[in-house]
Amino acid sequence: MTADMRKSLLLHGGVLLGLLALQYVLPAYHHGNLARVMVLASYAMGYNLLFGYTGLLSLGHALFFAAGLYGTGLAISQFGVSAGVALAVGVLFGTLVGIVIGALALRTEGVAFMIVTLMFAQAGYLTILYFGQYTRGDEGFVIALADRNISGWDLSDPSVRYFAAFIVFSAALLMCLTVVKSRFGKVLIAIRENEERARMLGYNVDRFKLAAIGLSASLAALSGAAYGVLFGYVGASFASVQYSILPLLWVLLGGAGTVLGPLVGTLFMFYLIDLSSGITTAYMLIAGVVLVFLTLFAPQGLMGELRRRAIRWLP
Amino acid sequence: MDFGPYLMLATLEGAVTAAVLALTASGLALVFGVMRVVNVAHGEFFMLGAVLAWWVTNMLGGSAAFGFAVALIVVPVLVGFLAVVTDMTVLKRINYDPERTIVATIGILYIFQQVTLMTYGPDARPVVPPFNTRLALPWIEFVDGEISLYWPWGLSITSYKLAVIGAAALVLVGLWVLMTRSKLGLLMRATEQDRDMALAFGIPVERVYALVFGLGAAMAALAAVLIVPIQQAHYLMGHDPLLLSFIVVIIGGLGSFPGTILAALLIGLSDGVISVFFSPTLAKILATLLVALVLVFRPQGLFGARDT
Repeated sequence: MTADMRKSLLLHGGVLLGLLALQYVLPAYHHGNLARVMVLASYAMGYNLLFGYTGLLSLGHALFFAAGLYGTGLAISQFGVSAGVALAVGVLFGTLVGIVIGALALRTEGVAFMIVTLMFAQAGYLTILYFGQYTRGDEGFVIALADRNISGWDLSDPSVRYFAAFIVFSAALLMCLTVVKSRFGKVLIAIRENEERARMLGYNVDRFKLAAIGLSASLAALSGAAYGVLFGYVGASFASVQYSILPLLWVLLGGAGTVLGPLVGTLFMFYLIDLSSGITTAYMLIAGVVLVFLTLFAPQGLMGELRRRAIRWLP
Repeated sequence: MDFGPYLMLATLEGAVTAAVLALTASGLALVFGVMRVVNVAHGEFFMLGAVLAWWVTNMLGGSAAFGFAVALIVVPVLVGFLAVVTDMTVLKRINYDPERTIVATIGILYIFQQVTLMTYGPDARPVVPPFNTRLALPWIEFVDGEISLYWPWGLSITSYKLAVIGAAALVLVGLWVLMTRSKLGLLMRATEQDRDMALAFGIPVERVYALVFGLGAAMAALAAVLIVPIQQAHYLMGHDPLLLSFIVVIIGGLGSFPGTILAALLIGLSDGVISVFFSPTLAKILATLLVALVLVFRPQGLFGARDT
């Protein structure tokens, strides 16, 4: 077990170091893309905590991402607070939304849970459109360049932005690793595998599930809030159904229940869509085909298959 | 216009919405009831129905009525066939696992939608209604204590809209007869009640599933063919019917046929009336939240019986 632990530390440390080093090598276009992927991968990792480890499939995570995004964006544009404070406001707001929605949605299970989360997210999306006076609806709004700095660091500068995205990603990765290795994480996996047995062993299953939703939502909100201040755009499309489907797609592709899976899935899908949108406007076709093929042939995803075939110790 | 005639107009328009919604939603309810899976791609079958209706009427040319009559028969069959193929190539292979079915049908949703975008394009296109006479409607008023009729300006409905309501009612009665009086309906109900027992009695459950999935999709396509002369065909038009059908099926009690019809009438009629008093967005927010809360606190639906 300790040997596995050392290997796991080496692997994840290596991935982080690699990402850090890439910043000096990549051409400007891919440099910007990778920063975006790292922020979105944090969102996917949050989703994975809930879906991959706890076994709860939510179709409404865009609500938590958007809560972080709008919490931060509106705090800056409407109340004029500094970016650092706004970031904290966004994360707190998203976590709170996650806990409230989670407490309600957890009264249902299975398919009903999926539909309830979908419905709440849809209501959230419509609410953003309804308050178009502040949110500017579909069109969205831009966070002014001058507001996008934290204690003198200009977040719109490409290399600062890359570092900031890297910090967000590392924080998410470390959090996932810690959770997965902890007793808490083991209970979540036990709930995924056999909820009744976990309950019978004396664990308060509902409280664990709610905590998982809270953690998952806080990562989604962190990612949304960081997306706002790093890329400067806040729009309703981030709250739409598509942004609830995407993390599911990334996690399924990369491998549900693996720590690195979300990063692999996000990176892979991002470039697949990036390349295909050069050829056709119907780029979501790729997403559809990938989803169908994944459910049919590789429900474990890329990293899941890797773990099954070669690297047994992969967390 | 006075309030009375205005309300009547809203009710009539609402009845058209309700009729089409009842068709679409009972397709979804049928699939959920018998197969116990949620078909997220249901709205895309609706969209395909509308788009194919445009193709068929345009390719045939000739009189509007002839093209429309052909579309009314051919399109649901085509869409139903497509659904059967989907069922056999995808859903059957994942063993109708409820959660994986949702993920797979999300994928199918994007495939249908985006292929339509690539072939049909992003434009909204109209289909000419086969007949479209404007019928002015009378309203009652009291003049000097005597009842008399008058024709308020603007209170009218087209003959086509009336025909849509009639056709929808006819199809729903047909579906009900099919389910309760025919051998096929018996097989479906047996499969619905106990899949394993049905299989043990030699019912070809897989074929019943494929048929039910096709029938559900055909209902959505038929609803779309009926509505497309009123509302244009567009590749993103499947979204609202899907959401509304979900709402109807949940409020009506998952899988309950009479509940679904009742809920469709309620939602369709109130949709028109609520939109008069509130902004449509607020109406949608309230409806969505209501449905979510119904699922949370009353999962058997408003009209469903609580099973123990």
